[in-house]
Amino acid sequence: MTVHQDDIEKLAELARLRIAPEAVAEVTDRIATILGLVDQLQSVDTAAVEPMANPLDAVQRLRSDAVTEDNRRDAFQAIAPAVENGLYLVPKVID
Amino acid sequence: MNWEVVIGLEVHLQLATESKIFSGAATRFGAEPNTQACAVDLAMPGMLPVLNEQAVRYAVMFGLGIGAEIGLRSVFDRKNYFYPDLPKGYQISQFQEPIVGRGHFDIQLEDGSVRRIGITRAHLEEDAGKSLHEDFHNQTGIDLNRAGTPLLEIVSEPDLRSAEEAVAYLKTLHSLVTSLGISDGNMAEGSMRCDINLSLRPAGSETLGTRAEIKNVNSFRFVEKAIHHEIERQADILEAGGQVVQETRLYDAERDETRSMRSKEVANDYRYFPEPDLLPVVIEQSWVDSIRASLPELPAAKRERFIADYGLSAYDATVLAAERPLADFYESVAKHCGDAKLAANWVQVELLGQLNRSDLSLGESPVDAPALAALLQRILDGSISGKIGKQVFEAMWAGEGDADSIIEARGLRQVSDSGALEAMVSEVIRGNPEQVAQYLAADENRRKKLSGFFVGQIMKLSKGQANPQMVNDLLNQQLADAGGHGNT
Repeated sequence: MTVHQDDIEKLAELARLRIAPEAVAEVTDRIATILGLVDQLQSVDTAAVEPMANPLDAVQRLRSDAVTEDNRRDAFQAIAPAVENGLYLVPKVID
Repeated sequence: MNWEVVIGLEVHLQLATESKIFSGAATRFGAEPNTQACAVDLAMPGMLPVLNEQAVRYAVMFGLGIGAEIGLRSVFDRKNYFYPDLPKGYQISQFQEPIVGRGHFDIQLEDGSVRRIGITRAHLEEDAGKSLHEDFHNQTGIDLNRAGTPLLEIVSEPDLRSAEEAVAYLKTLHSLVTSLGISDGNMAEGSMRCDINLSLRPAGSETLGTRAEIKNVNSFRFVEKAIHHEIERQADILEAGGQVVQETRLYDAERDETRSMRSKEVANDYRYFPEPDLLPVVIEQSWVDSIRASLPELPAAKRERFIADYGLSAYDATVLAAERPLADFYESVAKHCGDAKLAANWVQVELLGQLNRSDLSLGESPVDAPALAALLQRILDGSISGKIGKQVFEAMWAGEGDADSIIEARGLRQVSDSGALEAMVSEVIRGNPEQVAQYLAADENRRKKLSGFFVGQIMKLSKGQANPQMVNDLLNQQLADAGGHGNT
């Protein structure tokens, strides 16, 4: 698989990572090397292998539907940068 | 050009659990902001999700209700995007291996025709918090009470062909999930939210056109309006020779229009991968079987039973079987009063009419099922007429007491005393010699019409309380007598 500079720029935007313009080429090269290794893994025949969602040989335990958490809003909001009327305040987002 | 409309719906259904899907915080609606958002919901470092068994059970119940294959093994994935009401930076959802596979249910249209609509899949996921954009000095307020509320996302096949079908689909779905008891279905509180995928294609064409997605439409009426609007918008573009852009649009109920959501082109790449904090969910077939055995009667089966057992029309059965509380109310009235058809009429016309006018839900009705049944018994045993029954019902609605005490207090009991009725009939006949002469001169057909006049006068005289059957008999007898005397 080949990776291009604009792939890296797009991924960086999606992941909210800032990569300096002059560094994009180098990052692209390094990721291309990693993907080369992945390519090598891809060459293994896995036709008969079931996809693995988790490396642990176990299944999810379920909890019963009960409210076990108290209201600890004051404690949580004590470390928030800005709160008002019980709300967390964040820079304005418009979508 | 004649366009065929192709619609698929995605419904986000809040499941009626006490606690959240991955944490022990409460899910109650309307709590003070952030008082039901615990460390897991806030994505504090080191917090781990633990899956709520009831959410899984509800998803299985839904799957069984639509005849779907249940995923005995399902996997949670991370759906990655950034938004302040999603503290983790990803939503835990199911992508590759959902818990509910392909299924279907039937919808009934107004003309009585039935269509089978396919369900592609349904999967479990967590809800996000709420962003409040007003009044915070150019900042956005975040309430995370809703974050982590269990959702079942139900994806339909693109099988719907009109706004009417889409609304029928949603109403049937609503009826199904409330009957199952897996959601309160409260649309005003966001318990059932709908995304609409809509495209047009030339009538007769087999290939799908480019679709637009309309997000978060929250009432049956808005779904209908948004669809009509979007059909018009796309038809205008296509007829002008343009192309529909695949995009996400928002329905603005105030302006009755859909508009493009900006900046979604890039953000639509969610980079799903398996959630490493949750193991695969494996459920036993025996558990699924035990859930199946305990499923309540579903609306479609109930409807058939109402037709077969109570002799209701298809329409009446559909209305009365749609929601469990109404169906239970109806059955209770029918059983207590012993006349299923009379009960069906009264529940649909008088009860639902009053509830509508008073803007009350069934649970808030001042007249309960046994009380209504007691009233209907008085109609059935001839104590009062149906017309007087309506007066009594209104008095019951106003809190004046039960049917018997109102009938007693207002002296509404039907006059079935033949002596008293005979006197009234005589009085009316004596008082209207002209009409009597007309009657006697008339032929059989015209007599029927004319006798209505006398019945009306007698009912008036009795303040509506005369037993109509007895009035008819006595009237016919006295008119015949009058004719007999005239001839001799």
